[in-house]
Amino acid sequence: MVPKALRKITDTLWELPRSHKPGMLVSARFYGSRALLQGMDEAVFEQAANVATLPGIVGHSLCMPDGHSGYGFPIGGVAAFDATDGVISPGGIGFDINCGMRLVATSLAWEEVQPRLTELVDRLFAAVPAGVGGKGFVKLRPSELRTLSEQGMRWCLKRGYALPEDLERTEERGCVAGADASRVSERAVERGINQIGTLGSGNHYLEIQVAREENILDKPLAEALGIRIPNQVLIMYHCGSRGFGHQIAADYLALFLKVMQSKYGIPVRDRELACAPLASPEGQDYFKAMNCAINMSFVNRQVILHRIREVFSDVFARDPLELGLHQIYDVTHNTAKIERHRVEGVRRELLVHRKGATRAFAPGMEGLPAVYRDTGQPVIIGGSMETGSYLLTGVDGGAQSFFTTAHGSGRIMGRRQAKKQFNGRELAESMRQRGIYLRTASFSGLAEEAGGAYKDIDEVAAATEAAGLSHRVARLLPVGNIKG
Amino acid sequence: MPYQYLDDLTAADVAFRAEGDSLEEVFSAAWEATLGVMIELPEDEEPSESGPLTAGAGPGTLRTRVQRRIALSAPQADLLLHALLEEQVYLKDAEGLLLRLESCRVEERGDCWQASAVAAGERIDPVRHHLGTDVKAVTWHRFELLQQHGRWRATVILDV
Repeated sequence: MVPKALRKITDTLWELPRSHKPGMLVSARFYGSRALLQGMDEAVFEQAANVATLPGIVGHSLCMPDGHSGYGFPIGGVAAFDATDGVISPGGIGFDINCGMRLVATSLAWEEVQPRLTELVDRLFAAVPAGVGGKGFVKLRPSELRTLSEQGMRWCLKRGYALPEDLERTEERGCVAGADASRVSERAVERGINQIGTLGSGNHYLEIQVAREENILDKPLAEALGIRIPNQVLIMYHCGSRGFGHQIAADYLALFLKVMQSKYGIPVRDRELACAPLASPEGQDYFKAMNCAINMSFVNRQVILHRIREVFSDVFARDPLELGLHQIYDVTHNTAKIERHRVEGVRRELLVHRKGATRAFAPGMEGLPAVYRDTGQPVIIGGSMETGSYLLTGVDGGAQSFFTTAHGSGRIMGRRQAKKQFNGRELAESMRQRGIYLRTASFSGLAEEAGGAYKDIDEVAAATEAAGLSHRVARLLPVGNIKG
Repeated sequence: MPYQYLDDLTAADVAFRAEGDSLEEVFSAAWEATLGVMIELPEDEEPSESGPLTAGAGPGTLRTRVQRRIALSAPQADLLLHALLEEQVYLKDAEGLLLRLESCRVEERGDCWQASAVAAGERIDPVRHHLGTDVKAVTWHRFELLQQHGRWRATVILDV
């Protein structure tokens, strides 16, 4: 239900003014069509308004078109804080730090892959563990997990799990600066040590997808990003920092709850909105530990890419690079990063929280790899397992949202409701008949992920373009899927 | 059933309400509810279509192969419940274990609440167990533990 105080700025931008709730320092702005906003639950608006009360917030508290209620911040929430006197909030990042998406091209057409699809999916299901208790093949000592969390994908390069181009085509080159593993608890290490190279569960997945000609929306850009042949096959996957990151988030949420009010005088409106000044010892420790989780997640997705290359190479009996298995890009959608943005004409250093929201840098922006300087940053927005996903690029209009866009389609149905409405085995069979072969670690989990539980991805992607946040390049349809 | 899952509190994650006449009962119910997210409970199991590779077992047949003693303390009873469920999630990841609570004692000692529990179960077996959804964390969102008319009630939202 949309609050009465919500006013329209444009067809795709809406605002709750500061007067909506006591303590709001800035307004809360919501991107999306009227229909998308009417589909958002009431808590989205209240959570975005609560975010607007946090000290040091700059600009507006923002919510992307796929927004739905979360903890503290809404999912799809974006908020930037002054890097000197603003706060950092684990609720603005999420428990799954650096949950993100990776898209990999191949030089294979669907006609070549179709006869081997079942084998590919079965082999990937064996090679990339998914679901509760999934264990990866990488054996680590605790000190090695700490090391890789500081080195990110550079660690993968040394171990032979990455190519230099993989780092080039990953946000932050697969390693954010400022990671300090001494700020990470033993519990976080113990939870994550067996999980490198695993997908996790819930809405995490690995898909084989096809870019059909009729779904290429911007042919020159698609070619520039690596989609160059008719019915090209790509691989997309979605996963995060696993137990390592989840524990880091939990550790610092608990710490911030203890000090937020007593030490820093910040009122606790919502325990999940716990925060501390970024410049405080607690804020700095969390920032350093969070960066470790970001890096570990990049490593996780890189090790998975290594396994994907192995499987494709085995199945087609060719070198993976001969098969064109080049990464297009890797984006994170749960982070807080120090970035420079122009606010009211002045360039400022900000801590930008993106929770269920994707960075979308425009052409020419610093931080883009040379190969994407002219195109803008590739953006990957994942849809449901039945409907497909989008490849987009960042655009100049993104300046209004700290160059941020949506991350997915957002849920409209609860998990238990979905389990009652859909049967996992019947769903898998129905998808198979529609040409999507899948393997899952949990049929009940599969029912929870039915397409009917999610918003319309076409509507979300279109809304981001209409709002000037990102530009649609191609729609990618699933043909193979592994789920936890 | 001492707990029920709720759909109206969250779309993306799992919420439940657990109840009991004592703190031990409500703590045990909350533990069971959390377990039930990660592994299929017998009353929810779908008939298995085929043989050993897909057959599974709910917690009713979760074998007792390992035991863990848990001792926790917190300044308040609700914080203690949160810590207990976090321990359950930790054991699932750090040791790969799915466990039921065999016993649980909760008592207030001075200005501190203490829980001592024994949990027993086995390592996660993706072939034999009908696994559900992985729990990432016990959130603080709408988390509460209240006593009304002599009955304890906990509301918990799990990040999955």
